[in-house]
Amino acid sequence: MASNKKYWKNVEELDANNPVVETLRQNEFVEEIPVDDFLGDKETLEDSSTTRRDFLKYVGFSTAAATLAACEGPVNKSIPYVVQPTEIIPGVPNYYATAIADGYDFANILIKTREGRPIKVENNTDAKHNNHANARVHASVLSMYDNTRVQGPKTVGEYISWDRLDREVGTKLTALQSAGKEVVLLTQTFASPTTSKLISAFKQQYSNVRHVVYDAISCSAALDAFEAKYGTRGMADYDFAKAELIVSIGADFLADWQGGGFDGSYAKGRIPKGEHGHAKMSRHIQFESNMTLSGANADKRISLTPSQQKVALATLYGELNGTSIAGSLPENVKAAIKDAAKEIKKAGSKAVVVTGVNDVDAQSLVLEVNEKLASEAFITDMPILTRQGSDKAIKQFLSDIASGKVGGVIMAGVNPGYTLPNATEFVEKLAGLDLSVAFTMKEDETALASQYIAATPHYLESWGDVEMKKGMYSLVQPTIRPLFDTRQFQDALLKWMGNDSSYYEYLKENWESSILNGEKWVKAAQDGFFYGEGSTAATTPEAAPAEDVVEEETATTDEAPASDASSAAQKLARASSSGIELTLYPKIGMGDGQQSSNPWLQEFPDPISRITWDNYLTVSEADAKEWGLYLDRSNFFVTRRNSADGGLNGKYATITVNGTSVTAPVIVQPGQAQGTVGLSFGYGKKAGMKAVMQTGVNAYPLYKDFNDVHTVDIAEASDVHEFAAIQLQNTLMGRGDIVKETTLEIFNTRKRNQYGDFVFNEKPHVSKDHEMISASSPEADLWDSFDRSIGHHFNLSIDLNACTGCGACVIACHAENNVPVVGKEEIRKSRDMHWLRIDRYYSSEATFGQDDQFKDEISGLTGETGSLQGFGRLEDSAANPQVVFQPIMCQHCNHAPCETVCPVAATSHGRQGQNHMAYNRCVGTRYCANNCPYKVRRFNWFLYNNNDEFDYNMNNDLGRMVLNPDVVVRSRGVMEKCSMCIQKTQRTILDAKREGRPVKDGEFQTACSEACGSGAMVFGDINDSESEITKLKDDDRAYHLLEHVGTQPNVVYQVKVRNTKEA
Amino acid sequence: MPERSDVNFHFCMNKVNHRHSILTFKSILLAFLLTLSTSIFAQDETVEANAGDGDPVKGKSLFNANCAACHKLNKKMTGPALANVEARLAEEQGLDREWLDAWIRNSAGLIATGDAYANQIYNEYNQAAMTAFPQLSDQDISDILAYTAAPPPAPPIAATDATAAQSEGTSGISNNLILGALVLVLGLLIYALFTVTRLLKRVAEANGVEAEMPKSMPLWKAFVKNEFLMLVSAIFLLLAAGYFGYGYLMQVGVDQGYEPVQPIHYSHKIHAGDNKIECKYCHSSARVSKHSGIPSLNVCMNCHKNIAEYAGEEDLENGYTQEFYTNEIKKLYKAVGWDEENQRYTGETQPVEWVRIHNLPDFVYFNHSQHVEVAGVECQTCHGPVEEMEIMYQYSPLTMGWCINCHRETDVNLKDNEYYAKIHEELSKKYGVEKLTAAQMGGLECGKCHY
Repeated sequence: MASNKKYWKNVEELDANNPVVETLRQNEFVEEIPVDDFLGDKETLEDSSTTRRDFLKYVGFSTAAATLAACEGPVNKSIPYVVQPTEIIPGVPNYYATAIADGYDFANILIKTREGRPIKVENNTDAKHNNHANARVHASVLSMYDNTRVQGPKTVGEYISWDRLDREVGTKLTALQSAGKEVVLLTQTFASPTTSKLISAFKQQYSNVRHVVYDAISCSAALDAFEAKYGTRGMADYDFAKAELIVSIGADFLADWQGGGFDGSYAKGRIPKGEHGHAKMSRHIQFESNMTLSGANADKRISLTPSQQKVALATLYGELNGTSIAGSLPENVKAAIKDAAKEIKKAGSKAVVVTGVNDVDAQSLVLEVNEKLASEAFITDMPILTRQGSDKAIKQFLSDIASGKVGGVIMAGVNPGYTLPNATEFVEKLAGLDLSVAFTMKEDETALASQYIAATPHYLESWGDVEMKKGMYSLVQPTIRPLFDTRQFQDALLKWMGNDSSYYEYLKENWESSILNGEKWVKAAQDGFFYGEGSTAATTPEAAPAEDVVEEETATTDEAPASDASSAAQKLARASSSGIELTLYPKIGMGDGQQSSNPWLQEFPDPISRITWDNYLTVSEADAKEWGLYLDRSNFFVTRRNSADGGLNGKYATITVNGTSVTAPVIVQPGQAQGTVGLSFGYGKKAGMKAVMQTGVNAYPLYKDFNDVHTVDIAEASDVHEFAAIQLQNTLMGRGDIVKETTLEIFNTRKRNQYGDFVFNEKPHVSKDHEMISASSPEADLWDSFDRSIGHHFNLSIDLNACTGCGACVIACHAENNVPVVGKEEIRKSRDMHWLRIDRYYSSEATFGQDDQFKDEISGLTGETGSLQGFGRLEDSAANPQVVFQPIMCQHCNHAPCETVCPVAATSHGRQGQNHMAYNRCVGTRYCANNCPYKVRRFNWFLYNNNDEFDYNMNNDLGRMVLNPDVVVRSRGVMEKCSMCIQKTQRTILDAKREGRPVKDGEFQTACSEACGSGAMVFGDINDSESEITKLKDDDRAYHLLEHVGTQPNVVYQVKVRNTKEA
Repeated sequence: MPERSDVNFHFCMNKVNHRHSILTFKSILLAFLLTLSTSIFAQDETVEANAGDGDPVKGKSLFNANCAACHKLNKKMTGPALANVEARLAEEQGLDREWLDAWIRNSAGLIATGDAYANQIYNEYNQAAMTAFPQLSDQDISDILAYTAAPPPAPPIAATDATAAQSEGTSGISNNLILGALVLVLGLLIYALFTVTRLLKRVAEANGVEAEMPKSMPLWKAFVKNEFLMLVSAIFLLLAAGYFGYGYLMQVGVDQGYEPVQPIHYSHKIHAGDNKIECKYCHSSARVSKHSGIPSLNVCMNCHKNIAEYAGEEDLENGYTQEFYTNEIKKLYKAVGWDEENQRYTGETQPVEWVRIHNLPDFVYFNHSQHVEVAGVECQTCHGPVEEMEIMYQYSPLTMGWCINCHRETDVNLKDNEYYAKIHEELSKKYGVEKLTAAQMGGLECGKCHY
């Protein structure tokens, strides 16, 4: 075994005396199932007027009636095209290259369409420098089929024609111009060269127009710092694959930090590579207060408060520069900073420092440091342009609107009525304006307060372009005709300028004249991107207005950015805080909240907390106890109904920032820095959404001054919140070795144990005839082996080192396999339907070294170093645990326990290694799920489609358009599970057969392996000796889950290696 | 579903029966026509003789070879109708044979000269330039014109109605007469029987003979009393019930023979049988897709732009006359929005709602291209003799057992397929066979069709 660490999923598990944990270990449910509740007790049964004989009569009659009725088959109509488009062949998917640019997520993607319907998002692997599509981008296709979208232009609640809207807006624009009142275009970051050009032209025609870019979650500090230093309004790009040492101070760069999308390059550097015994991987040190995805993946994580982050950054700068910086830090942090500085100096240009501190000084300091290091991972000549907003410009706009200087607002891609900290005030002002137009897909808070709702198409119905990084142009092209009577913002601008051409023509003309540089437009549309050398289109001229209008602002000396780096460091070092510090952050599943009515994203479990359908206040265990927010769980299961979720309920807390209060449920988050709390954006949206989607609390009112860190007051509030968490639903039953991890040091020693296994990847052995044999050897096996060496044999490899837990695969699996959404109540009952889940395990202590050292120091039974207390402390690790992410889906065991117990042979094995599930044969005994050691089988407790009880996308015609026609929609009462995307492997085989050629390596893909941008998941045929998967299967790090059970899975995991070696 | 197919069968049967009477009538009508037509042809010949120096027989073959793609005699097509074209031109436009020669040999040249009527015609027919025929000699043109001058036979239907009705009347009478006579004879026999018994009774009474009937047990009572017989018949009944019950249940959901009435009477027999159109010409997606695809209407129009009338064999017994088929083609025109008069699309379309015949349940994945393109299975293997089907019906049961049987019996088609090279060699060695069946290839695994 790699380590004797204790893995746990929940803080409760650490308390050996907790009755809940013990019961869960023994039983599936902690409480007894309340059978009487739904069957009724004896008395009520006797009172009932329906006798047993009556009951049987009715049953008999209705069965007979139903049987007879079922004999009549429906008459199906089949309606062909009148004129079939040449590119569409029914049953064959078409792929289109396009790009998403919704102001928050930007990526080059491929869209799979079937019979003209976009049904799935895939990565555009041809586009270099591309961010892979994250979970939200994968889910975005479903947002198009949302039946709460606005279906046409509206005014005061009534649908009107575009002609009327054009006429009225045109009149008002002219009137405002002659009255000398300003009109503000308040838009998302388009990062679009053509839109920039168009807006400039619009401003030329209407001289009173000002363009303000507004990012709901501001990156203004980073933009300002970069602009001051390099002259372009953008953000530095980082190629973490080239870094050997990554030091992050408060930057959650594996999530949405500075536009996100860094996890692909990060993961590349995390896989140990190189000569045997000299393997290398990057080292990652994270200083942070919330437990983030980056912190979870770090080799060393130091928790500290946001104000300490500033001091730590200043200290780090001082250490590197040799200047002394005065600033108070806890000893352990100070030591960690010193160590980090030492390591950085050693790594030189192979090191990189990043920070998420939202402060211009901090951001310029980091730029300075990376510049000095000449860091190879630090890219400034191709800055990221996907955030353009300026806090100053927004503040100016808000004060102008308050003072009456602004007469009209035209908004596109933004929802300030929801995302502004003082949204209610803004909405009031908006109502008083002469002109307000909201370009939106939803009747959201802003749209409801605007005079005109201009219904916009989804990005999959629109034309456009985007320059995500300088010189990297992408095309947005429609993949379906607009579903509703919608019009793009750009088309409307053209119309209002009196230009009769469409935006498509305008875009094409602009690309041909200033971007394509002689290349063919058709080629660019086919590729979806163009790397321009000599392109003259500029995306970012819009930063200027901020400067025009700041003269009114009274800038205090403390707020102005420092003039040089060392004074910036000095200033940062002065940061201190006396109270509890709140850090606001975007959640992986929800981002800034614009897709909050997407059921896939609502049901997406957060990688860290594993909670669905909610946001929450994260609090450390010690603080929660101190502040009275800790819910005593001993009486959980008697007080709450249906609490099979392992007691993940929480108390409510009221958080107050400068008089603004928000009440949010509390969750105890291991690893949360003491004295800090965290709350995510994106929830608590109400307008234009189904009631069932209105989840969580809105954190934007606390986002004062666009600052994500605030000192807060916290008070306990009444009642208990019920979370729906995919947590503790299934316990490990003491099988802790499901995760294997080691350190780079041990990995490189390549020591072997007595059986010849590497010590970091020991295989289980069992005793047979008093001799130890491998648990997976044929002698130890109950079953005869089946020869699978002929044909294809599929395996999936999952590298625990490369998996960052981002969850793109989870959503891709939903889209590919028609996985139903079941809703919060069902999740609470452990009836989630995710075929693929990413388990998150915490483990104790920061390093193995410390563990060992601590163990060695234990002497005696009691006392300070006594074993009683000592081992207890080893386990009391909620303060700062290590984290492992482990994607789990059906393991497709060659000797599958589920197959042998099925009474009707509904689940069986194929020669290609897949464990088949014939839904129509299943009678729903659920024996298979009970016999599965990996708990990956899912039961359809209800009919999830066409059922008003589950009013999600499968309950309306529009939402059902996203379904994959190649995969059946399962009915009530049958078991389902991961099929290893057999529809995709079969398709690949058929394509090869039809073309009469062998299948090439890399052609076989599953939805998850295809979506995985970090390269953690590799799928292929192990009978192809040249394939990548064959190498991975035989890799030193490869192991199977619960190998001693002898199931011989076809999913292979790679031992996680932590680079804990201090330099 | 049995009910459904039953109902449909009945429906069809009804329809056929109904038609039957009309058809007998029509067949008689045809006989009349045939006799009449001889005289019509005789007339034709007289007309032809007057047509001038051309040979209409040669002209017909020349017309079919060169002109028929765009012209018909009595109907506008891509070009104008040509019946009596020479005479018409001379009468209406005052254009002589020379003009016609110039037009036929080089219409574009004639248009270019600015000739008024040439331009008018050119514009009237959507500016579709007529192919130049410089190779046609004067005699050829004369022959063609002679053919066009002969008015095509128009069946004088109205004239024959009365006679047809008459003839039907006679046959009906004779049948009824025979029947009536038979009934009469039977009645007479019964009457005779009764009189005989009554007479006998009277005779007996008169003779004082007491006719004593033996008090025998009724047959059914004797049957009930016989336990052995009861047991045997009970067993027999139970077995029969079981047999038929099982048979009934087994065909629930099996729609073999399902033959719904379609919105357009599309005859596979005419298309695939008589005209030998390759199946995949229309069902082209069977090559690449899981669906064979019902052809879109634009595929129909590839041919039916030129074929506006049915001129093939008729099936008078079922009422499938040429006129009937021509009407079905009109339905297509209506659906696709084709204005026959002006030879252009109106843009007013009306998609055809075909009734789907082959319905596999949702939980089965079937891919046409796998079978048609890779395995090279003939369409007829599953769909039956489509080329003989006037109305398409479900030939195969489409049950899982049927699929499996075929997979067990059919060898994998390896011809020139690199994909199978390695796997087939290894597998056939393993199973010790020369050729592998689809089943041995893994074609019986659940997950291959159910996902």
